[in-house]
Amino acid sequence: MSDLTNLTIKGALTGLENKEFSSVELTKAHIDSVESQRHLNAFIVETPEIALQQAEASDKKRASGDVGLLEGIPLAIKDLFCTKGVQTTASSHMLEGFIPQYESTVTQKLFDNGAVMLGKTSLDEFAMGSSNTTSYFGNVINPWKRNNGDNADLVPGGSSGGSSSALAARMAMGATGTDTGGSIRQPAAFCGITGIKPTYGRCSRWGIVAFASSLDQAGAFARNVEDCAIMLQAMSGHDPKDSTSANREVPNWSSLYGKDIKGMKIGIPKEYRMDGMPEEIANLWDQGIAWMKEAGAEIVDVSLPHTKYALPTYYIIAPAEASSNLARYDGVRYGLRETGDNLIDTYENTRSKGFGEEVKRRIMIGTYVLSAGYYDAYYIKAQKVRRLILQDFEKAYEKCDALLTPTAPSAAFAIGENEDDPIKMYLNDVFTVPASLAGLPGMSVPAGLSADGLPLGLQILGKAWDEETVFRVAHAVEQAANFTAMPATISRKAA
Amino acid sequence: MSLTNQDVAKVARLARIKMTDDELDSTREKLNNIIGFVEQLSEVDTDNVEPLPSPVDIALPLRKDEITDGNCPEAVLANAPEEMEDFYVVPKVVE
Repeated sequence: MSDLTNLTIKGALTGLENKEFSSVELTKAHIDSVESQRHLNAFIVETPEIALQQAEASDKKRASGDVGLLEGIPLAIKDLFCTKGVQTTASSHMLEGFIPQYESTVTQKLFDNGAVMLGKTSLDEFAMGSSNTTSYFGNVINPWKRNNGDNADLVPGGSSGGSSSALAARMAMGATGTDTGGSIRQPAAFCGITGIKPTYGRCSRWGIVAFASSLDQAGAFARNVEDCAIMLQAMSGHDPKDSTSANREVPNWSSLYGKDIKGMKIGIPKEYRMDGMPEEIANLWDQGIAWMKEAGAEIVDVSLPHTKYALPTYYIIAPAEASSNLARYDGVRYGLRETGDNLIDTYENTRSKGFGEEVKRRIMIGTYVLSAGYYDAYYIKAQKVRRLILQDFEKAYEKCDALLTPTAPSAAFAIGENEDDPIKMYLNDVFTVPASLAGLPGMSVPAGLSADGLPLGLQILGKAWDEETVFRVAHAVEQAANFTAMPATISRKAA
Repeated sequence: MSLTNQDVAKVARLARIKMTDDELDSTREKLNNIIGFVEQLSEVDTDNVEPLPSPVDIALPLRKDEITDGNCPEAVLANAPEEMEDFYVVPKVVE
């Protein structure tokens, strides 16, 4: 049944509807795929019993005529979403063994729509990273390999690296992610799959382990644009439990699929063409621009003058919010406790043992920029520059409907590369962070291969609340790119 | 602006993270790199720019002040490292 794992979500929904197979059969094929690829370390916890129960229930539900948007579809859930009764760790020792007593709004919506949960996928600890190498539960491995024979294990990107690796390796049909500065779009690009971060406020953050509350947003991974639209539609919507979730109707994105982009204006931000941009990234971008023209869109040059300040702004605001959010891990109410001589000692021991290096570093930066005497110079300053970055986008969107850029400045790198200097690692998110600061929707679509045979992605950015245009442009890129490459292990199995 | 080990120790204290002297050294170096990086922002003219705390313009809603949740001590305490009779237990605070 291995061909079941190569279906799209849309294809599987049709197969289920036509009774070609059941959700139980579809789910079993994916459980087998998960179990046979444990070397990739994509999952922290596998939940095959839950998956089979949900699949059986879904088959019955479907037979009774009640069919949700994802009825019977097996998914991977990033281990940042609280799942009732199933360990949720954020990839941190701090939360090892933590069993939520409630379900996150996003996962509840997915289950209400008939989705089946295969397990909880690994991530960078508390979603802080771009390589999935900061997880307490070990590195996640990208199923793709370079074709130059060096056989090095590559990172899947991060922070949602377990989800992207699982999707690329055909262990799941779709997956949830969260994106604070690029944590959906960059791993999607590194793993040759599709991922969307919607507008800030589109999905409820309730029950998602918080990193930086004004930036965190849930989103979806799938293997094509249409499947992402189905996933996002099922996840989105107003939630009274999250005061920043928008009280707006969720468009029927999946039905809008396939509209062309004739006459649309696509902006090309000149500041993204950075000094030292690798030639293959620049070439891919040019190719994308040519595809847009061929599809009937008009190309418009735009300027986002504060682009170079986006990363420094992000590395003040995100750690500041993180230091505040992560103050809750004190060893008193849940999570790890390392008892000391007194209460303060217990706090300090707990946080010293419970958090990894990168998380501690970001808490320290955040604490520093919020501390007396530095708050205005760093934190308020960064919030002011954040407004300038948002205004750059608003001005650009007076001239165009969407922007096209590369997703990441390189293809997937080897595990261990970029580890010596945090700033080198931060540069991975140079093209994704500005839209995060501005709260805008962004999507990565696989668009080509690097010289070493690794996937490269193009990013489509839209106006606030205009995911529809993002999907349309992404679909046009997808059609033109006709990206059919697969990791060698998967294409061998399929052959 | 460059942090000393003493500054780093103060921040670690504020953040309630215990650090050994070795950790202070390596943390100082990396924090100084990051602080140097973010200090680029001082080049940007932000006179008369209002800070932006949230990216999208959503008015925070008000609701009736009423109890909508609660009365579930078992669930609240389910993940407690130590609990007794519906209370969290912590090391002695008052002598």
